[in-house]
Amino acid sequence: MTDPRHSGTEAGSTAPWPAQESSSVRPWDAAVAQQIIDGFAGQRGALLPMLHALQGCFGCIDDAALPLLARSLNLSRADVHGVVTFYHDFRRTRPGRHILKVCRAEACQAMGADALIAHIKDHLSVDFHETTGDGAFTLEAVYCLGNCALSPALMLDETLVGRVTPARFDALVAGVRS
Amino acid sequence: MTEMITVYVPCDAAALSVGADEVAAAIVAEAARRHQAVTVVRNGSRGMLWLEPLVEVATAQGRVAYGPVAPEQVADLFEAGFLTGGAHPLGHGLTEQIPFFHHQQRLTFARCGLTDPLSVEDYRAHGGFVGLERALTMAPADICTEVAESGLRGRGGAGFPTGIKWRTVLDAKADEKFICCNADEGDSGTFADRMIMEGDPFCLIEGMTVAALAVGATQGYIYVRSEYPHAIATLRRAIDLAYEQNWLGAGLHGSAHRFDLEVRTGAGAYICGEETAMLESIEGKRGMVRAKPPLPALEGLFGKPTVVNNVLSLCSVPVILAKGAAFYRDFGVGRSRGTQPFQLGGNIRHGGLFETAFGITLHDLVYRFGGGTASGRPVRAVQVGGPLGAYLPEHLFHLPKDYEAFAAEEAMVGHGGIVVFDDSVDMAKQARFAMEFCAIESCGKCTPCRIGSTRGVEVIDRIIAGERRDENLALLEDLCMVMTEGSLCAMGGLTPLPVRSALKHFPEDFDRPASAPAQAAE
Repeated sequence: MTDPRHSGTEAGSTAPWPAQESSSVRPWDAAVAQQIIDGFAGQRGALLPMLHALQGCFGCIDDAALPLLARSLNLSRADVHGVVTFYHDFRRTRPGRHILKVCRAEACQAMGADALIAHIKDHLSVDFHETTGDGAFTLEAVYCLGNCALSPALMLDETLVGRVTPARFDALVAGVRS
Repeated sequence: MTEMITVYVPCDAAALSVGADEVAAAIVAEAARRHQAVTVVRNGSRGMLWLEPLVEVATAQGRVAYGPVAPEQVADLFEAGFLTGGAHPLGHGLTEQIPFFHHQQRLTFARCGLTDPLSVEDYRAHGGFVGLERALTMAPADICTEVAESGLRGRGGAGFPTGIKWRTVLDAKADEKFICCNADEGDSGTFADRMIMEGDPFCLIEGMTVAALAVGATQGYIYVRSEYPHAIATLRRAIDLAYEQNWLGAGLHGSAHRFDLEVRTGAGAYICGEETAMLESIEGKRGMVRAKPPLPALEGLFGKPTVVNNVLSLCSVPVILAKGAAFYRDFGVGRSRGTQPFQLGGNIRHGGLFETAFGITLHDLVYRFGGGTASGRPVRAVQVGGPLGAYLPEHLFHLPKDYEAFAAEEAMVGHGGIVVFDDSVDMAKQARFAMEFCAIESCGKCTPCRIGSTRGVEVIDRIIAGERRDENLALLEDLCMVMTEGSLCAMGGLTPLPVRSALKHFPEDFDRPASAPAQAAE
């Protein structure tokens, strides 16, 4: 029997691609995708970890990934499709180089999130779920980032930013673009 | 050479969100420039979030606090002699004498902010694993009894007695049992789970291991929402360290027991904070709510008996085992025993985490410790218990925080989150948002929740626009009743709570002269 120790790290997440660095995603590659999927062999309830790893690598869940997942987990494609489309995190198309999630839940509303969001949409000339013309940012809404005492909050890729003002937002965007 | 001095700069995500990394780097650079020997420890947060980044210096008198520190102020702090606790406009004296901190009763969060979250040695030095060591000497049934006698109730919001849940799982016969920690902290206004997972992760590992011993489980999962990347990274490192030092895995701490633990990442679905939806999600399925019965305690993850507990419930277990049920039960009032980490957020001057015994009033939390609004305007409403919690007006602020007192006012303590709004809030808009949020996050299983929430947005829009108000208000009340009575879980069942409370306590906001149609927020 091999060492049955379950590491705290999900299999696959030790791979060289970062978890959610949307600026370093690679083009679709079925062989790499299969390798990622195989990395979770034997893990129970592996579909979500697989989807996270695939999206971390390719930036989205490519249509071509669905049959690979279905085959490896002995599920129907419809089952896999159902899971992919249920969760807000999983996207079917490639996002911009950076993902900007702005909180629009109650604590941030109490600190002017609606006005901040209006500014952000205006500044970036996009609505939620859209990508800026230069491909730099995809704007998403999020419902709570757990930073409710330092509202309003947003998350740029995996960087949490608190007490966001329009001026602070503009400086953040300028810093990323430069 | 000067003596080595220890400086603490939190690595908590909230502190990072206002520049803690930059401050830590500035301190290291400035110390090097001055040839001053300084060790920077990245601790968890003390929970006084309005002071973040809160820099502490270890002195002979205790830890001295400075905050909120900006990187450009660091040189000035050195100049003022902060390394020996020197006076500075950012200084607050001894951290533990700051009134917000001093008046707390920290049991669950006793170590949070004090220690390096990823040091097992630090954890041990501050009483860590004492509860687990005791549990290892006890019979499973006795552990369940100890937790039941402590009066601990589920801190996720429902308030079910933890010891009774464990006993049910212990008594279930199965070849395999699971411990699942619900760390899908999706309620706006709550961040206690995040704080303790980032600030004291071994506490959660210890609590889950005790639960495993109590019920005979061998595998645990911590389901963390994807919005918490820092917590996920900290937990994974802590789990690896616990394995290395034999606090997890086979023969844990020299015993005959085995417990394996794994972190699973959510994928942005609020509903997965509902326990059965979470189990579906861990199984790799859509996060659809299951009908109960069967209870997860009997048929939970992969159909096996499963303990599903919130982070804070599990993190309260080590102190109960270490100090005994009576110690814990002595805090609190009525049937709400022990302490609750309350979270003050939104428009509040002193936002943060305030752990104290049940029974404290909203008024004390909002004014005495919270300092009123951040904007300086009058408080108009607080929402208690997350997006499914009631909006309460000032005349109810005398309410003691306990499960039954809140239930009597058609409100809930929930996960202990308190979101403050000033007088610029439009309560009709907040009621609309509650329905909109439900429409976005409903899993779709129950028609009243899936369809009712969308109809709710439309009806409230008509009320705001002044269209046949009386008829639409009656329709809204009817709809709320159907959602409450006809939904399987709290998503559809409790969404009417913020809506009805807004209507009940702030009817004037629904009766304004018809203005421009409410804009769709998305």
